[in-house]
Amino acid sequence: MSLWQETIHGGAGWSLLLRRGNTLRLEDTEGGANVGALFFNKDFPVERYNMPDTLKAQHTAHLTKGFVLYSDMGRVLCSITDDSCGWHDPLAGHNDAAAAAAKYGEANYQKHRNAWHRNTRDNFVIEAEKYGLDARDLGPNVNFFSKVVVDPDGSMRFVPGNSKVGDFVDLRAEMDLLVFLDTGQHPLDPNPKYEPKPVKFYVSKSDPVAADDLCRNSRPENERGFINTERYCL
Amino acid sequence: MSSRRPEDASYSAVVNAGDYWIHEIKAAQIFRIVDLEGNQAVDTLFYNAHDTEERYSATDTIAAQRNIYLTTGTKLMSTFRKSMLTIIDDTCGRHDTLGGACSAESNQVRYAVDKRHMHACRDSFLRAIADPKWKLSKRDITANINFFMNVPVTPEGKLTFEDGISEPLKYVEMRADMDVLCLISNCPQLNNPCNAYNPTPVQVLIWD
Repeated sequence: MSLWQETIHGGAGWSLLLRRGNTLRLEDTEGGANVGALFFNKDFPVERYNMPDTLKAQHTAHLTKGFVLYSDMGRVLCSITDDSCGWHDPLAGHNDAAAAAAKYGEANYQKHRNAWHRNTRDNFVIEAEKYGLDARDLGPNVNFFSKVVVDPDGSMRFVPGNSKVGDFVDLRAEMDLLVFLDTGQHPLDPNPKYEPKPVKFYVSKSDPVAADDLCRNSRPENERGFINTERYCL
Repeated sequence: MSSRRPEDASYSAVVNAGDYWIHEIKAAQIFRIVDLEGNQAVDTLFYNAHDTEERYSATDTIAAQRNIYLTTGTKLMSTFRKSMLTIIDDTCGRHDTLGGACSAESNQVRYAVDKRHMHACRDSFLRAIADPKWKLSKRDITANINFFMNVPVTPEGKLTFEDGISEPLKYVEMRADMDVLCLISNCPQLNNPCNAYNPTPVQVLIWD
């Protein structure tokens, strides 16, 4: 049973508090969605999602069920406890106004009203300012539902069609979090049209973290990350 | 190979393992980092010297060139998607920007909870920017470059830390495309075999 469910329009920014013990499900209701996401410690937002620490602790360049998101302080922000999609991109960042305009053309508010073209950078800045943060607080984000493969020569390849209608990912908060979301298109998505997809989210109570929890036990680094997190939450 | 001679440099310094270095590099100056003894990791961040809100962006750099490795020809992009510096010579071959900087806390996760006391790059970064004249704080410490580090990614999405591909006196040289502030931590990591558990000094040179 979810406590809260709501749909985020395509191309929109969003933010919410996600408390330890709750799980955020993101659902791709139309297929082909992308959700840029940033995570902060709700109480001390200077602690935040750290892409390199997340990748190197788990020796991964993609995210799916069993992986966790690390803060820069050696703690687990949230765990990916379920995932029907299989691959989420932590590498490619997000578009800004100039990049979005170059790719999709401009559509201003004056003429297009709320169908105007928005971009992930500006949407993140707006959400950041709501909490006393600003552009300096924005770093590399996760792109849920998107897949970027790195070939042996290092080249990055966007894989279209990674997320299907109804695909979802569950994020179990291990600390009290401030979460920024944005449903803008992935920066490497070759689609030349401005067609950001909506995403539905659900907040629900998490199941208790069992002794055999997949994310905690998937590697010894995560066990230590959970120890750090538990000590912080004492 | 670069034709620039060290004796013609307008600035030269050795940064010892475990030390930090923070210095301004003017637009059009040439900046070289020399791996004096080989397989050292040089954790590096850049900021626009006049507006530090604009800073090096790992994701914008790799997305712009559609490649995760930094080498000759790579433009080091800012969060404003402008070129901050361009790599113009590289005798190492490639450099990492996904592995980030070690910290006391990430060492706890990666190696053992009781490693927190060990010296780490992010402590060096924080010590360097503690001087208020730089107008930087912890939130400005973002995903950095690891010059001379070898961190391959496989098509299956695995990230691995491989033995270094650098050797003594390998170097990377770049041209500043704007006035930048350069912040380096010469990595003190003692837990990782990639530097043979022996961090070593590097040399930084600037030509006008």
